[in-house]
Amino acid sequence: MLPAPSKKQIFWLKGVIIAIAMIPLIRLFILGWQDSLGANPIQFVEHSTGTWALVMLLITLSMTPIRLLTGLTWQIQLRGMFGLLMFFYVCLHFLAYIWLDFWFVWEDIAYDIGKHPFVLVGFSAFVLTIPLAFTSNNFMMRRLKGRWKTLHRLVYIIAILVIMHFWWLVKKDITEPFIYATVLAMLLGIRIYFNYKKILKKA
Amino acid sequence: MALIVTRRASDSLSSEITPPHVFHNRRDFIKTAGLSLLAGAATASGLFSINAEAAVQRQKIAGFSKSSYGADEKLTPYEDVTTYNNYYEFGTGKNDPAHEALLFKPTPWTVSIEGAVKKAKQISIEDIFKIAPLQERIYRMRCVEGWSMVIPWVGFPLADLIKCAEPTGNAKYVEFISLADERSMPRVRVPILDWPYTEGLRMDEAMNPLTIMAVGLYGEMLPNQNGAPMRLVVPWKYGFKGAKAIVKIRFTDKMPQTTWMKAGPNEYGFYANVNPEVDHPRWTQSSERRIGGGLFSPRIKTKMFNGYAEQVAQLYTGMDLRKNY
Repeated sequence: MLPAPSKKQIFWLKGVIIAIAMIPLIRLFILGWQDSLGANPIQFVEHSTGTWALVMLLITLSMTPIRLLTGLTWQIQLRGMFGLLMFFYVCLHFLAYIWLDFWFVWEDIAYDIGKHPFVLVGFSAFVLTIPLAFTSNNFMMRRLKGRWKTLHRLVYIIAILVIMHFWWLVKKDITEPFIYATVLAMLLGIRIYFNYKKILKKA
Repeated sequence: MALIVTRRASDSLSSEITPPHVFHNRRDFIKTAGLSLLAGAATASGLFSINAEAAVQRQKIAGFSKSSYGADEKLTPYEDVTTYNNYYEFGTGKNDPAHEALLFKPTPWTVSIEGAVKKAKQISIEDIFKIAPLQERIYRMRCVEGWSMVIPWVGFPLADLIKCAEPTGNAKYVEFISLADERSMPRVRVPILDWPYTEGLRMDEAMNPLTIMAVGLYGEMLPNQNGAPMRLVVPWKYGFKGAKAIVKIRFTDKMPQTTWMKAGPNEYGFYANVNPEVDHPRWTQSSERRIGGGLFSPRIKTKMFNGYAEQVAQLYTGMDLRKNY
């Protein structure tokens, strides 16, 4: 097995990942500039940013299963960055919603959130990501100590809300949300399986 | 068809409906995309362009008259009208029908008239074109998903077709049944909806002068992805009422069960009148986005009966439109 990367290598690796993670955003800018975002460009932007937020969330959640399955630990150092990349796309997604979709008409936005369950769960997930994003740094991690871990368990609730958000949005063909739900179920399943094994050992 | 359709000099022959270069272009695109990924450089083409030009045969309709309907409306561009379609027989993505329906053959075509009629019969699409003089109707189309378009349809009043069908006194409703052909419609094999797609109208709604059978748009034969060769257009109702590629028209005395009523009875009703006051569980119905406005176009207010209240509101006097959504 390859040796764990050095601190310097991790630093560069993070830079490369961040650069790659910006491609979907750059793509939106280029497509928008060329006026080729399709017939419903606003929905295109909403769906694209939403999808990438979900992808980043699932990558974030796969760091621990990789450790459990392979014993590798160095990738845990990337987890916070992936979480922040998710938050980045979540913010763009929310911005597209309040700006491009609703033009900051707060009354209509409040109505939309209150009235439509899929919007409500999505909005709740967004609100829950805020404390996680602000406490993702080492300083807050040290300050919060044991509570940090408890707080960051919110990510599981967020993940489930996000899948619901996607599932309820779709009119009839649930193929896409089903694929993401399956990946999430696997990631959570691996955790549950290993926890269960640990408990059995202790007993 | 020769009677009513003229070819433009630039039109391709029917033997070239999907010219080989279209397929080759696709191949090349896949190759280039693959190479550029390998090279670690995303080229300006491919990844950064989502509009795959489809070379389709476009045929002008020779004889139709203009009408005053919607003359003051700004038309939704042809490109958007023909690439943003809900037509699940060809896929659930809005872009899918434009690609997947390329090889669909809307001729020869016969429409079967059955149920409460003097005599059941089959009418060829050529004869349907001769039922009444064709006219252009510019209508707003409001989709239940919260977007809308302005489309210059070419068609004729459904009332003329109904007269020709000679319904009996038992005919209280009309049912429209779309083609569900597994071979030419790839997604019919997938049970996303209960095929064939079925829609219906009350007799007085069907006879309303606003209700038309469309056989074309933008002065041309109806593109496959928009419901060729013949589709229903009921401009004061949500777009899903407009059954496409109709093969059967049945007159009944009972309210027909429509496809979307079966798929989600709490979301889709029989009437499906555009109504900004009755919200959908998923989408805001008080406002809509007009397609073609680009990235920075605010929503516009949705009007009762999609702005056709003057012509149709009397059809529903005394009815609770909250219950009969």
